[in-house]
Amino acid sequence: MRVTLADIKRGQQGIITDVSSIHIPLKLLEMGCLPGNSVELVQVAPFADPMYLNINGTHLAIRKETAIHILIDIFNE
Amino acid sequence: MSKQINVALIGNPNTGKTSVFNSLTGLNQKVGNYPGITVEKKEGICKLPRGVKAHIIDLPGTYSLNASSLDENVVIELLLNKNDKDFPDVAVVVSDVENLKRNLLLYTQIKDLQIPTILAINMSDRMVYKGIHLDIPYLEQELQTKIALISTRKNKGINELKELITNFKELSITPCLSASEIDIEYFSKLRKAFPNQLLYKLWLVITQDVNFGKVDRKEIDAINSFKTMGKSDLKRLQQKETIKRYQFINNTLKKGQTIDLKTAKDLRIKLDRILTHKVWGYLIFFVILLTIFQAIYEWAQVPMELIDGAFAFLSEWTKNIMPEGVFTNLITEGIIPGLGGIVIFIPQIAFLFLFIAVLEESGYMSRVVFLMDRIMRRFGLSGKSVVPLISGTACAIPAIMATRNIESWKERLITILVTPFTTCSARLPVYLIIIELVIPEGRFLGLGYQPLTLMLLYLIGFGTAIISAWILNKILKMKSKTFFVVEMPNYKMPLFKNVALTVLEKTKSFVFGAGKIILAISIVLWFLASYGPGDSFNNAEEIVTTEFASENLPSDELQQKISSHKLEHSFIGIAGQAIEPAIRPLGYDWKIGIAIVSSFAAREVFVGTLATIYSVENDDVDTITNRMAKDTNQTTGGKLFTLASGISLLLFYAFAMQCMSTLAVVKRETNTWKWPMLQLVIMSAFAYVVALIAYQLLK
Repeated sequence: MRVTLADIKRGQQGIITDVSSIHIPLKLLEMGCLPGNSVELVQVAPFADPMYLNINGTHLAIRKETAIHILIDIFNE
Repeated sequence: MSKQINVALIGNPNTGKTSVFNSLTGLNQKVGNYPGITVEKKEGICKLPRGVKAHIIDLPGTYSLNASSLDENVVIELLLNKNDKDFPDVAVVVSDVENLKRNLLLYTQIKDLQIPTILAINMSDRMVYKGIHLDIPYLEQELQTKIALISTRKNKGINELKELITNFKELSITPCLSASEIDIEYFSKLRKAFPNQLLYKLWLVITQDVNFGKVDRKEIDAINSFKTMGKSDLKRLQQKETIKRYQFINNTLKKGQTIDLKTAKDLRIKLDRILTHKVWGYLIFFVILLTIFQAIYEWAQVPMELIDGAFAFLSEWTKNIMPEGVFTNLITEGIIPGLGGIVIFIPQIAFLFLFIAVLEESGYMSRVVFLMDRIMRRFGLSGKSVVPLISGTACAIPAIMATRNIESWKERLITILVTPFTTCSARLPVYLIIIELVIPEGRFLGLGYQPLTLMLLYLIGFGTAIISAWILNKILKMKSKTFFVVEMPNYKMPLFKNVALTVLEKTKSFVFGAGKIILAISIVLWFLASYGPGDSFNNAEEIVTTEFASENLPSDELQQKISSHKLEHSFIGIAGQAIEPAIRPLGYDWKIGIAIVSSFAAREVFVGTLATIYSVENDDVDTITNRMAKDTNQTTGGKLFTLASGISLLLFYAFAMQCMSTLAVVKRETNTWKWPMLQLVIMSAFAYVVALIAYQLLK
């Protein structure tokens, strides 16, 4: 099954495997949202949107509609 | 005189770049605008060792040289234009020690432009706390530069940075990596077509959607004809380039940086558990807002009363020491009361700017963006619209400029259109003076009626902004890509120096900006109020004396009647009476009418105008509010400022679009007169209708 960043739960960690370049703005890539980088969910707003993430050491928030275009592998701890 | 070194400070947002700028330049700085656009330009002078001077320019924060906003364009426009007088001899990339990886992306890009570049690693005082160790000699070798470890908070490393700037000629200009390897074929074609140009520079020009202004126009046209690749191909290449840069950075940091996670502490995560919590987060935000409004009202009272008294005294004192005559009258009746009308609000405006600066500096504002995004989206806004809406309480002009980081054009446009509804500091003088006149002093649940009314007016402003946004979202049919990225920076204790400089700078520009308009308008108004056409003005004394001859009035009351008669038949009185039919249904007389008309230039002019009109009419040494309280409405015979006319005025000012500067900024930001004109007409018509209903219901 395709696991995207929108599926991640709080406290879980993952690795970005692919980003859909058409849907993802260059700015997000430049902030470190690239294949191979680690990602962790820090906090969610009500209705799980937007998501507050720690990507590769950068703390940022994105909307769920963007998160579904980022594929990840989740580590099970 | 030795030549000045041009230094450009460049860096990601939230790296403390402005603190570095403040440390280097101190008070030797000035803030202006880039020609033709409203992007703030900060520059200053710094004395370097051995008598060398540096001209330092603080460029807008950016994550990369791929610009996506007007502010970021400024950065590449300067770096690509060797002929610009500000073109840097040396670039200082300011980065945050906790996020070197991301900060270095921008560094490698600037390095590719072959500009001598120093890497300044800021916030180095946090290294121990975060368990970070850096191998500086290794990093200097790999990154081909000199590194200054600095801490503006602890005031460390600034002298070392100055030393490096002085010796900038020793820096290597070799790029860290060759970005052209991402598509060898394409880049070799480019190289053949433009053998004398820097490849990376060409690549930037090709990929950017920016207006390069005067920069080498011919050259760029030539390159445009070289655009053989489609947009999506270019974007894929840009992505490839970014990945390649990160590979280089990761490899470099793997050896040059060690982070001991065991000793690292993360206060941010702990604080954010509460501050961005589903329940507590909102509660805390609300309490913060409440505190701010209460504070503005209560804390500022004392200095305001002092200023009010001081101006009344100044007016009287000037009158006594200067010879009687037209010029004295102009100063004591026109200029001093006009200026006093604005100076009195400095305490409150300064407090407001102070709170906003602290919210921004501490990093809390990003959390508010996060908390509010979902809610704001329902109204067609973005979480980022909260920043303009909050800073709009200071002034709509910077607020509208702050919409630039909203990625979606539709969300941004709606934010621009509704921001003028928020209660800006220019409305504050009008509100305060009317509240004092018409709202009783009692208390309700421990809170005064007067501060509660003020709070209510702020809520009305926000409420109207949000509802209009919702309506606009339904009406405006435009497709625009929406995406939303906001960085959540580390919490920082705001630096006193930064906050103080911001408050000083903003208050100064508010007072001087408004002061100029008010001074001019006061002088014009004074002339119009002091002179009039025809006999009924010139022979006022005789007319009034004969009229009241039978009543045997005491002389000061008679004098008062003469002044009133004169004012009514002066130029301004005639003009005011001409517009009176339009505003009488709202409960206003011609004096308020004149004040409203003149405040279409800027709202705060209202108070100054009334002050000038009332001082021409009345020679008493009295504060403006007392004079206004005594005035009667000639239609009803009762007091001019009643609850009904007061509320009507408050609502009129809450909704009307009375600020030329805001209209000008909206025009610049939207690039058409359509939107500002719509704002002017719709907001003002709405204000008129609401004020009319309010007065008719309450009277």
